[in-house]
Amino acid sequence: MSPEPAGIVVVGASLAGLRGAEALRRGGYAGPLTLVGAEPHRPYDRPPLSKHVLAGALEAGATRLPELAALGAVWRLGHAAIALDRVARAIRLADGTTLAYDKLLVTTGAEARPWPAETGGGLSGIHTLRGRDDAASLRSALVAGPRRVLIVGGGLIGCEAASCLRDLGLSVTLVDPNPTPLAKSLGTHVGAVIAACLRESGAAFRPGTSVQTFEGDDAGRVVRARLADGSAIETDLVIAALGATRATGWLAGAGLMADAGGVTCDAACRARAADGTACPDIYVAGDVARWPIRLYGGRLVSVEHWGNAVEQAAHAARNMLAGPDDQRAYEHLPAFWSNQFGINIKLVGLTAGAESVAVVQGSRASRRFLAVYGRAGRSIAALSFDEARWLPAYTEAILSGGAFPPITDATDQPRIETASPGFPPPRAGAPAARRPEVAHV
Amino acid sequence: MKPIGGPGALRVVVDLNRCQGYAQCCYAAPDAFVLRGHEILFYDPTPPAGQRGAIERAVQACPVRAIRLQAGADDGDAP
Amino acid sequence: MSDGTPSPHDSLFAAVMDPANRTDPYPLYARLRERPVSRQRDGSYVVSTHAAIRALIFDPRLSSEDLPPFKRPATGNPIRDWIVNPIRSRIATAHRPLIFRDPPDHDTLRSAVMREFTIPRVLGLRDRVAREVDALLDACRGRREICLVDDLSYPLPVSVICQLLGVPASDEPRFQAWATQLATALEPDARHDIETRRHTVSAFDAISDYMRDLIREKRRRPADDMLSGLAAPGPDGKKRMSDFDLISTAILLLVAGHETTVNLITNAMLTLLRHPEELERLRADPARAPRLIEEVLRYEPPVHFRTRKALGTIALRGETIPKGAPVILLFAAANRDRDRFEGPDRFDPDRADIEHFGFGGGLHYCVGAPLARIEAEVALVALSRRLVAPRLLRDPPPYRPGASLRGPEQLHIGVDAVA
Repeated sequence: MSPEPAGIVVVGASLAGLRGAEALRRGGYAGPLTLVGAEPHRPYDRPPLSKHVLAGALEAGATRLPELAALGAVWRLGHAAIALDRVARAIRLADGTTLAYDKLLVTTGAEARPWPAETGGGLSGIHTLRGRDDAASLRSALVAGPRRVLIVGGGLIGCEAASCLRDLGLSVTLVDPNPTPLAKSLGTHVGAVIAACLRESGAAFRPGTSVQTFEGDDAGRVVRARLADGSAIETDLVIAALGATRATGWLAGAGLMADAGGVTCDAACRARAADGTACPDIYVAGDVARWPIRLYGGRLVSVEHWGNAVEQAAHAARNMLAGPDDQRAYEHLPAFWSNQFGINIKLVGLTAGAESVAVVQGSRASRRFLAVYGRAGRSIAALSFDEARWLPAYTEAILSGGAFPPITDATDQPRIETASPGFPPPRAGAPAARRPEVAHV
Repeated sequence: MKPIGGPGALRVVVDLNRCQGYAQCCYAAPDAFVLRGHEILFYDPTPPAGQRGAIERAVQACPVRAIRLQAGADDGDAP
Repeated sequence: MSDGTPSPHDSLFAAVMDPANRTDPYPLYARLRERPVSRQRDGSYVVSTHAAIRALIFDPRLSSEDLPPFKRPATGNPIRDWIVNPIRSRIATAHRPLIFRDPPDHDTLRSAVMREFTIPRVLGLRDRVAREVDALLDACRGRREICLVDDLSYPLPVSVICQLLGVPASDEPRFQAWATQLATALEPDARHDIETRRHTVSAFDAISDYMRDLIREKRRRPADDMLSGLAAPGPDGKKRMSDFDLISTAILLLVAGHETTVNLITNAMLTLLRHPEELERLRADPARAPRLIEEVLRYEPPVHFRTRKALGTIALRGETIPKGAPVILLFAAANRDRDRFEGPDRFDPDRADIEHFGFGGGLHYCVGAPLARIEAEVALVALSRRLVAPRLLRDPPPYRPGASLRGPEQLHIGVDAVA
């Protein structure tokens, strides 16, 4: 009698894990299926956390994701995976149990980069914003009525939080080392629009400097930030929005190409072993995956995007069920959205390496525009501020490697002028200096 | 908008990459979907069970099929 | 195709326009889809696949504005031709309605309309629609045969639009006549017919004059209706749109909202009568109506195509559309694209992801879609419940000549009774 099959184990019970599990069932997989999650919660949706949950329009628990297929799964929630033994085909959980697998889908995602302990990270009142519990705890702190909130980092999360908190009427200061918010992902040419929104909303924006250390009172509560320019900001609530690192600590020693930038996988989403070979039984998807993107010359990227979590997980699941000769390459055009200061921001493509940016519809002054990023005469990304209606046409141009700028002679088009996007130069060793959308290897 | 729809609440998610702000969902289920500003869609991810008909109308009416509603019961109980 | 010889690819659209192909244009569409962008002999480009249309409906190089000028035939009366008509001509040219405008003018007009097309106002019409449908079907009691078009599809939408706009019920019959005539103006082929054009122009003149007076009346005595809202000054005390734009917008809402809804209801019932098991399922479970309507919008849409003009050169799917060329977005063909839909020629309300172009798409997406859905839902549920043993008496039914706004001229249904 053959032993019971161990089946498929999905490590990481968030959006990618859930959509991967659903895709396995929809693809006809009827064997044992286990989902492992570090948090005690069923998979939930992250985007509302930094928006409606902070604003109080939704409770954190309301973000639980719909299950779109009958899963018939075993749920192991609240105990993180802590080790992987590829030879024994088993993972170990934090509660000491081991779990055997025939095939593994790694969707452990990313973790908020915490404020370093040596410069005040242990003080109470310093929050990060990544998970559902983070959001709930931050929301309670906001309801308590902080006198002055300091947001460190003007990436998407920092800006969304600033926008929400100003709507709540709280006093907000945002500190970022770059000249404008969103400089790393969108460049300062566009970031200047958000800087204006930020200031108009009544928030204080402190560009070009960074927090060196936080000081606390006798009770260990944060009271002050010391900045690199020598100044100090009194604060009783801090949001450290410093980006994220990939949750790969549990894979140390597993013999995979894994580090804080992700788990490297091949085009078929199979994890690469340290020697570069693709593991036929380990797949990776979502934020934690570092994958070769054909549209951008096959370079390795990892993105923290909702759309990638959904699509890559489904694609990995499809390949997990297919034979070795039927492993299809993952083709994906990265895209994300953000809502802040009443503006719907949508980006399609990757801006990294862009040499130029051109506003091709609307105007920055009106805060309704579509901008295209160019590199070597080609269009590589398109950005919409409340002009999403044109985005599919520009997406088409990016997919087909269209010239830069791709569309001329259009209706309602300004005289097209190109500018430097204004990406900040790489900063070595700065704690806050990681672009949130994409990591390069 | 209610924060949590109570026992038996529905579960909804919208792919906001796909959403083009056509606002058809806002007419189909005005208690669950609201368009803010020019094109920001705000929705209740856990509308009360009594809204199922309206939510299903919204799912069907979306021109880009961006709305997903959980059809059946939850998968087992988490240990 | 009517003579049985297959058309060459560059004259397929001419065959689509041929009334002989009205009952079943879909085989022509299938051939057109072989080339996602197909150049026709007259220099126009027909776009017929789902992917190509989705790429183009959002393309800012496609203009709705720069279409061939609307020429008024001379009446022979110099006062009319040189004094009265030029004013109306301004409405027809410089103040075209928003479906014939590009941003930013389009956006100004559309947002003014949307501001008045409020959710409570639209949803509030559901009861009115239900009452109207009941009254129309009550009038059919005792009959063994109805004509769906005459008895329900045709009168219903005009009555609803009049209510929405704030047109007095006593004027509805005049609106019926104007709407019928003006709908032909939306047909590209109808423009060539001098007699039709003359009738269209006089209907246009009559409704323009009527609207001008009605708007004046709404300003004097505003009511809770769309026209009062559109005619009211904005918060800055200025007009929200010029009077010419206001007149053309009101005419558009009547024309665009009428024949399209007639087609939606009629096409839906025709399809259901061809699939009686679906009609029976609807009768048993009215909650199926929304998915059924979306599938009708895919399978037998009320509008088959719209024409745009390329403002620049557009390279798409291996074809280059030159600047200035007319571009025909063949929505109804994209709706049957097998690269997008499994078994596209099968009517299947339970299919997942019915991403259709039944209401167009992009910035010109049908303003009235939510109202059309309500009318269709109420009408279909009532028909499924009140028609006893319904069957088609003539299949295929006779079609009106229009190739774009395609729909049966009559739909005769035999019944044991109207409950």
